[in-house]
Amino acid sequence: MATIPADPRLAVGRATPGRLGVLIKAAREAPLAPLVILGGLVLIALLADLIAPYDPTVPVKGAEMFRPPFWMEGGSVATPLGTDFQSRDILTRLIYGARVSLIVGLMGTLVAGSIGTALGILSGYVGGWVDQIIMRLTDAWLALPAIVFAIFLAAMFGPSMWNIIVILGSVYWTRYARVIRGEVLSLREREFVKLAEIAGASKLRVIKKHILPNVMNTATVLASLTVGVVIIAEASLSFLGVGVPPPQPAWGLMLSEARPTLMTGQWWLTVFPGACILLIVLATQLFGDWLRVRLDPQQRNL
Amino acid sequence: MARFIVRRVLYSFVTLFILSATIFLIVRLTGDPVALMAEASARPEDLERIRHQWGLDRSWPVQYVTFMENAFKGELGKSFNYRLPVSQLYFQRLPNSLTLGLAATLISLLIGIPAGIISAVKVNTAWDNVAKGIALLGLSIPGFWLGLVLILVFSVWLRWLPTSGAGDWRHVVMPAVALGWYFAASMLRLTRSSMLEVLGSEYIKLARLKGLPDFVVIAMHAFKNALIPVFTLAGVNMVVMVNAAVIIEVIFAWPGIGRLLYEGIFQRDFPLVQGVVIMAGFMIVAINLVVDILYAFIDPRIRLTR
Repeated sequence: MATIPADPRLAVGRATPGRLGVLIKAAREAPLAPLVILGGLVLIALLADLIAPYDPTVPVKGAEMFRPPFWMEGGSVATPLGTDFQSRDILTRLIYGARVSLIVGLMGTLVAGSIGTALGILSGYVGGWVDQIIMRLTDAWLALPAIVFAIFLAAMFGPSMWNIIVILGSVYWTRYARVIRGEVLSLREREFVKLAEIAGASKLRVIKKHILPNVMNTATVLASLTVGVVIIAEASLSFLGVGVPPPQPAWGLMLSEARPTLMTGQWWLTVFPGACILLIVLATQLFGDWLRVRLDPQQRNL
Repeated sequence: MARFIVRRVLYSFVTLFILSATIFLIVRLTGDPVALMAEASARPEDLERIRHQWGLDRSWPVQYVTFMENAFKGELGKSFNYRLPVSQLYFQRLPNSLTLGLAATLISLLIGIPAGIISAVKVNTAWDNVAKGIALLGLSIPGFWLGLVLILVFSVWLRWLPTSGAGDWRHVVMPAVALGWYFAASMLRLTRSSMLEVLGSEYIKLARLKGLPDFVVIAMHAFKNALIPVFTLAGVNMVVMVNAAVIIEVIFAWPGIGRLLYEGIFQRDFPLVQGVVIMAGFMIVAINLVVDILYAFIDPRIRLTR
């Protein structure tokens, strides 16, 4: 059995590409720029304690408030991107801010994806009144702009990083539920699922062995596109004062603290944190686009 | 068709019920408004009196039913903080939000449609890549940060536009761009894919075979049909923008319903928050209902599926 090549074309010429070959091929086609940016940011976030020159919540000794970046008059290479209203080092706060953004972005997406995927599978596979309830719930959630819902919940439950993760997760699951329900509806009619059911597999087993593995690609693609949305949402909440509480160094919070200085010309306080958000979201979007093309051939034209 | 409409209307009511009950519950689960309203030194019997006065001593189901009854009569309760009917406050602010939403919609259309058409007509060229870049930036630049940078450039450095408040058209430009930017990206993507679909269809091929010039084919034949979904999305987006502009309205001190909600949240003004949020849900459910029914009229296949 094993000696018969599955595809006659593979028998001619080169041998079947092994696991390593597939990996090399994937690496060759991988989008370099977004991977370098994301990889760099993850490294920076992980090693923040080692590479950050100062403590993010403590004023730099001997530095005045609102010191400009090093290339401007009055700047210093000791605080390369300047200092904020409490004479804390901006570069240090940006480095630690990457940690907050990545943790909230990834964990929030994980929560949203888990809720949405579970509800989508349940809705599509069980059907009936379960489907009705879940879909009406999804409609109700979609009836409010997600960001308004998130602001409302964050204001009600109080600011903390873990609250924000749960809140953003419980706001952004709707897209997963709808898309995955649709996929499960068609999977349910496929032969291998029907056969598993006839063979006596329990519903739970069918979901675990046959449905879940087949919707994981879609869930992954959706997740790659959700990360950026969640990161911007966290920054928005922190900016409004209902997100990550001070003195934690979150980029949105830094923007909020920079607001009073906008009119007095301290532009670096506003430009740098925003540019960081832009960079990280751009990288996740590019990576998501690439992932979508790889994992979901149907969406290649979109 | 009648059955389709009845079912959709019914669903809309269920949606609004779930939404309003959720909001209602969360508001009451997370804190006592009376304790926050009153001074710390207030005596317990005073708190009790205030609670009774505002009807907060009744059971939750009773409060909810009263609230919904009044809501159907157009009464959203009375704001704790302003001591005015919520509906009065809401409708005072609504015109400002509509102005901002309309201006942002125009900006999203002005950027999205031309860029989308060029990108589709010149697919896989440098033009297409520029348009793709714009779409990508639309999703990646946080709208509120764009607002801050606009203030920095046009108010602080160039001194062309006022930083905040409402007044003449110069006050609208920056908030509208900051708000519309994100939606311009979705307009662009939809215009592009819709144009590509139409340009690949049989009747366009026929028009080209007849020897019509490119401009006529695109402007007269493709454009019209490709824009139906685009304008539908623009309508839905406008309703979303009217209701979702909280941060932009806060940054530009724009006196719309977003800021009303923001103020209400921070003053724990229950009736105000409830009212604004439920009106937002109502508007969005209504526009989706209208779109669903219109599409069912145009395309009979929609009526038959669930």
